Amino acid sequence: MKAILALADGRIFEGKSFGASGEAAGEVVFNTAMTGYQEILTDPSYKGQMVTMTCPQIGNTGINPEDIESRGVFLSGFIVREYLENYSSWRATMTLAAYLKENGVVGIDGIDTRALTRHIRDKGAQNGIISTTDLSHENLVAKARKLPSMSGLDLVTGVSCEKPYNWREGSWEIGKGHANPDPSTLQFRVVAYDFGIKYNILRCLVDVGCNVTVVPADFPAEKTLAMNPDGIFLSNGPGDPEPLLKAQIEIRKLIGKKPIFGICLGHQLLGLALGGRTVKLPFGNHGSNLPVMDISTGKVEITSQNHGFAVELESLGDAACLGHENLNDHTVEGIRHCRLPVFSVQHHPEASPGPHDSRYLFGRFVEMMKKEKGC
Amino acid sequence: MPRRTDLEKILIIGAGPIVIGQACEFDYSGTQACKALKEEGYEVILLNSNPATIMTDPDFADRTYIEPVTPGMLARIIEKERPDAILPTLGGQTALNCAVSVAESGVLEKFGVELIGAKLPAIKKAEDRTLFKKAMGKIGLEVPRSGFAHNYSEAMEVVRSIGFPAIIRPSFTLGGTGGGIAYNLEEYEKMAMAGIDASPTDEILVEESIIGWKEYELEVMRDTADNVVIICSIENFDPMGVHTGDSITVAPAQTLTDKEYQILRDASLKIIREIGVDTGGSNIQFGVNPLNGRLVVIEMNPRVSRSSALASKATGFPIAKIAAKLAVGYTLDEITNDITRETPACFEPAIDYVVTKIPRFTFEKFPAADATLTTQMKSVGEVMAIGRTFKESFQKALRSLEIGVCGLDSRLFDMRTETRRALSQKEQKLLLEKLRIPNCDRLWYLADALRAGINVEEINRDTGIDPWFLHNLREIIEKEEELRQAVADGDKSDLSKTVSRELFVEAKRMGFSDRMLSILWSTEEESVCSARHKLGIRPVYKRVDTCAAEFEAYTPYLYSTYEEECEAFPSDRKKIMILGGGPNRIGQGIEFDYCCVHGVFALAEDGFETIMVNCNPETVSTDYDTSDRLYFEPLTLEDVLEIVVKEKPDGVIVQFGGQTPLKLAVALEKAGVPIIGTSPDAIDRAEDRERFQEMLHKLGLRQPENGTARYFEEAEKIAERIGYPVVVRPSYVLGGRAMEIVFDTDNLRRYMTTAVQVSPEHPILIDKFLDEAIEIDVDALCDGKEVVIGGIMEHIEEAGIHSGDSACSLPPYSVHDRIVSEIRRQTALMALELGVRGLMNVQYALKGEEIYILEVNPRASRTVPFVSKATGRPLAKIAARIMAGKTLKELGISGDIIPEHISVKESVFPFVKFPGVDTILGPEMKSTGEVMGIGYSFAEAFAKSQMGANVTLPLSGTAFISVRDADKKHIVNVAEKLYKAGFGILATSGTAAFLKEKGIPVKNVNKVAEGRPHIVDSIKNGEVALVVNTTQGSQAVADSFSIRREALMHGITYYTTISGAKAAVDSIIALIKNELDARSLQDYLKQITGCA
Repeated sequence: MKAILALADGRIFEGKSFGASGEAAGEVVFNTAMTGYQEILTDPSYKGQMVTMTCPQIGNTGINPEDIESRGVFLSGFIVREYLENYSSWRATMTLAAYLKENGVVGIDGIDTRALTRHIRDKGAQNGIISTTDLSHENLVAKARKLPSMSGLDLVTGVSCEKPYNWREGSWEIGKGHANPDPSTLQFRVVAYDFGIKYNILRCLVDVGCNVTVVPADFPAEKTLAMNPDGIFLSNGPGDPEPLLKAQIEIRKLIGKKPIFGICLGHQLLGLALGGRTVKLPFGNHGSNLPVMDISTGKVEITSQNHGFAVELESLGDAACLGHENLNDHTVEGIRHCRLPVFSVQHHPEASPGPHDSRYLFGRFVEMMKKEKGC
Repeated sequence: MPRRTDLEKILIIGAGPIVIGQACEFDYSGTQACKALKEEGYEVILLNSNPATIMTDPDFADRTYIEPVTPGMLARIIEKERPDAILPTLGGQTALNCAVSVAESGVLEKFGVELIGAKLPAIKKAEDRTLFKKAMGKIGLEVPRSGFAHNYSEAMEVVRSIGFPAIIRPSFTLGGTGGGIAYNLEEYEKMAMAGIDASPTDEILVEESIIGWKEYELEVMRDTADNVVIICSIENFDPMGVHTGDSITVAPAQTLTDKEYQILRDASLKIIREIGVDTGGSNIQFGVNPLNGRLVVIEMNPRVSRSSALASKATGFPIAKIAAKLAVGYTLDEITNDITRETPACFEPAIDYVVTKIPRFTFEKFPAADATLTTQMKSVGEVMAIGRTFKESFQKALRSLEIGVCGLDSRLFDMRTETRRALSQKEQKLLLEKLRIPNCDRLWYLADALRAGINVEEINRDTGIDPWFLHNLREIIEKEEELRQAVADGDKSDLSKTVSRELFVEAKRMGFSDRMLSILWSTEEESVCSARHKLGIRPVYKRVDTCAAEFEAYTPYLYSTYEEECEAFPSDRKKIMILGGGPNRIGQGIEFDYCCVHGVFALAEDGFETIMVNCNPETVSTDYDTSDRLYFEPLTLEDVLEIVVKEKPDGVIVQFGGQTPLKLAVALEKAGVPIIGTSPDAIDRAEDRERFQEMLHKLGLRQPENGTARYFEEAEKIAERIGYPVVVRPSYVLGGRAMEIVFDTDNLRRYMTTAVQVSPEHPILIDKFLDEAIEIDVDALCDGKEVVIGGIMEHIEEAGIHSGDSACSLPPYSVHDRIVSEIRRQTALMALELGVRGLMNVQYALKGEEIYILEVNPRASRTVPFVSKATGRPLAKIAARIMAGKTLKELGISGDIIPEHISVKESVFPFVKFPGVDTILGPEMKSTGEVMGIGYSFAEAFAKSQMGANVTLPLSGTAFISVRDADKKHIVNVAEKLYKAGFGILATSGTAAFLKEKGIPVKNVNKVAEGRPHIVDSIKNGEVALVVNTTQGSQAVADSFSIRREALMHGITYYTTISGAKAAVDSIIALIKNELDARSLQDYLKQITGCA
């Protein structure tokens, strides 16, 4: 079935539909990761976005029940160069197309994704529509223009969990599946704010000995502190941090009380809570190959990233200093509080997809909690 | 950390001659390293015996030693040059072994030289199987079950615990030489013993077979700050069991989820750290069980490898260049990515296309060789293609191979009429065999299996090839049928009306060539092409940019695809396009790439924009740094014409890339392409037998009596007229393909019925064979008005041995000046008559005082780099400038350069890789590479050339001599010299009797057929140091085969020609008197005045 991708600036791409049919809308971004489309599909941070994979062959390994990052699929459209129905993987149980259909995600294949990527790179990320029902270019462009900008949009509500829950599953290992450690070995009680948390963050926390309670995005700080956790984690999530005022207020109340570790949106919210500013990047960083320097050691780690906004260092003043730097665009990749055991990173140390170079950050969080606990 | 300031002088070791398993990729890496270190201000010393490399050009290093890459020579150079450090990781296994040997001998310590890149313990840990296995165990990684053996009983014990099939890997050998897979005890015994033999440490590793597992390679880089990045993942299409050099490979890996890929990545990081490679690139190979993902580590190369070259070309990330910079202290984040100019080299390239590499084999040159693909590499070259999908990239790679296929051509079907049919029993049997036993034709049979309706599951069972790849091929085959049907009964006069635009586009997007479509549509390629153009279907060009378009790319490194947006952005500068040589093969290799690169350099210096088109990932020409614009594309008419349309070059050069671009010349010119240099008509005049003969008549020059035959009776008549022996060969070939010397009618009939396919369109050429003639090779430059002789080379081996296989000396060492002058005159006469603009090569045979012209090639020849090195005159550069319109006069080029030093070129053969193949030389070229020896006497230069070719000239011991009757009188002198030099002489009855008669003391030994103990026993017992064996006639050749083969397998120096033996003996005597000295090319050339 024919499908059309129309961008707000009038650029049209014609392709074929795969997955669900119908119409989808969102901000079009590209991801340069060469593996891990299943993790990307299930990453809640993509809420409100349509993702094009720069890697041209997608669907090769099908879909398996293990590599999922959340309870569902949150992105609204999936754009690829070539989707192949026949997959090859000993773990797969269904095709990508069937999975998209099951989750109501509109996919488009057969388009010049490199041209699309260059367009986004040069013109910036923008809204678009994929449709299999309305094939009129004018209509689609008009619809795309009417879509609200991502800036200022609260996308976390609807992604975050509704009520607190406990998490005890650890990382996946070949031949063993996900670890299921004895709860008694989980010595650190962590409250994790869910702004759209990826499961693998929770798994990584479990791996380093955390007993995690996941709480909704607007969970009151008082209640959190009442649980007397050893540390607080601020998760990744979709979109712009600025409109999330409630979260910023709660985080401000938590700073100085307990060790805090934030990732991605959690990092941006921490920056805002510390009095800083965030800005929208032209097309963001979405991929698994981005070099980041840990300022404290001078070592470079290859990271997985997925964000369209960034914290401005100058805006933080004396509150925090640069912890990590993105070596490609030199944006702030991580901050740490000058006095308190509070730090965050823009990238994804839990990877999934992506390299495991930054896993040490979970260890660093544990070290902080240990120190605070006095053990 | 910035660059180290405690180092000033760095010695780089090159890889030596091109052999199977070590080809021009090491010139590419070495050249990058030389450039990188010079750029950093270091004084660079280079050792490499291969004159056809760009890296040995005198301006790439401060001091260039074209000397044998041996520990002895390296030690001598170290003593002389006193470098601060040696970089041994860029010259393949040869350089690494050489460095290890020198390090172990204490020379480095003695002179305070540091190994940079990889230290000795790291090299040992990676290369020594026991240490490697232990290291892997330490970091929790599995390796296949295995054990070592050094002799028969150990070998038997090891295999008991491992079972069959068992893989045999000799320690410390190139490209797995001497290795293999044994399926039963009998095979195992044979292979184990051969493997122990092939190993310099008499050691084999016997391994659990993981045949059929998925195979992956990761290219890893590490810096001094312990930053590690993966440059590229490569997935093998052929599963475990086929050497990765012989496998079709695809980048990036296609059938791994992120979880599984990260397991490989994590393992790679652990491995490079545990092995302790300080800086630079390493290649790690993994096997993955397709049923459960179990991972085993196969091996690690602690150096830049063939795969690194491929990964560099596949990603745009220059591994060797960065490795060189890391070796002198830089960290990855301090180096800028050339392509994006704003991001650091500390990242992992993102690829938004699919790369396919397909190896190129030359089994047709070695009919006696076993063509089964195993863990020992047998291919001689490779092509790479880039497409946006696997299907497109795969089909582009197929037509890049230049083996007469334009895609998945059928072996069993007539594709014009049938792409679907059931197979006969015989066909089924053949198909099954071709699928089950890996061979170089497997993928074409695989396509036929799909055509025959065999399903992917079955093929996967028979081949172990991943279903994902097979499904892609199935889609190609299904499309093929749809395409054929679309035209089957339709109007063929205008295909643009018969075929829908949509279907046509789909076909092109899948990578179907116009030629393949013309087969499916039973029409001419031209009709397909014009229909395509009518429908407005043209390729676009995308950039290879390391970052999947995330950043702007400043390097126009391009590939074609059928999509919407073109990023070629051609300039309006004056530009010249140079067509490369395609995949390496015997007869066309690095020498032609050298010429292409020189053409680019010269034209760039003169202000032209240079455009390179080539598909060989090993080469310097396909480095994005070499030309202004690089099109990584197949060298077919269709692909080249589309680039010409896009670029509109002012000139296209076809005479540098060997036969590949030359074959396109006429068609290109017909299509209106501005070919510069010698005209295609002149090329035809030299290649067309009859036109050439007319020209020689006109000029009053002589050639051996000859004729052209279209069928046997005609050939017989010609042969009788001119008299046997005759040389026979097909027309239009390079490298003496299917060329033979025939002594009688029976053999002529056999040749014409079995060896070649003769037809009126493809006649065979018959020449009088000039027995015992001296062959002379001349390279000349001509601008249409004037001629300058580049070099005159006298062959060591007599005429009848292919010029690419014989050693030669520049200047000539035995030919009278009067003759040389006459050769000069004749060369000039022909160059002017043909109107050559650029290079010309002539081969002469000298019989007594008579000069015969064997052939004229108005193009760059295999000897151009050698001559350029020997004389210091860059022939290819001058030729390029002539083609672009300059005259020799304007360039200030006149007169011959006749150096005082003697340069000898020697050929290097792949016989050791092909068990069962005879080592005897003939008119069909068999060598893969060459080395150069330079000295102030012929003996010295020849001795160095032998050492460079890994032939050790013995200084004492016993020489075995057995020669054919015609050679007996010539051998006396050789035997006498050997005897006087203290050698014992051993000979078979006939030769012994003859020598005794001449008063030379000889010991008799039995021929193999005469009963034991015989000569082969003596060879095996290590009682023979030198073998001289000439033979003639099929029976005699067969009888003496085992002598030559055993000599080869035992590393005993052998000569199969009298002239070769004579030169060797003179060198032995010179060596006994004096040790060899090392001198740099710059020192030699200093003495030549008037060089350009």
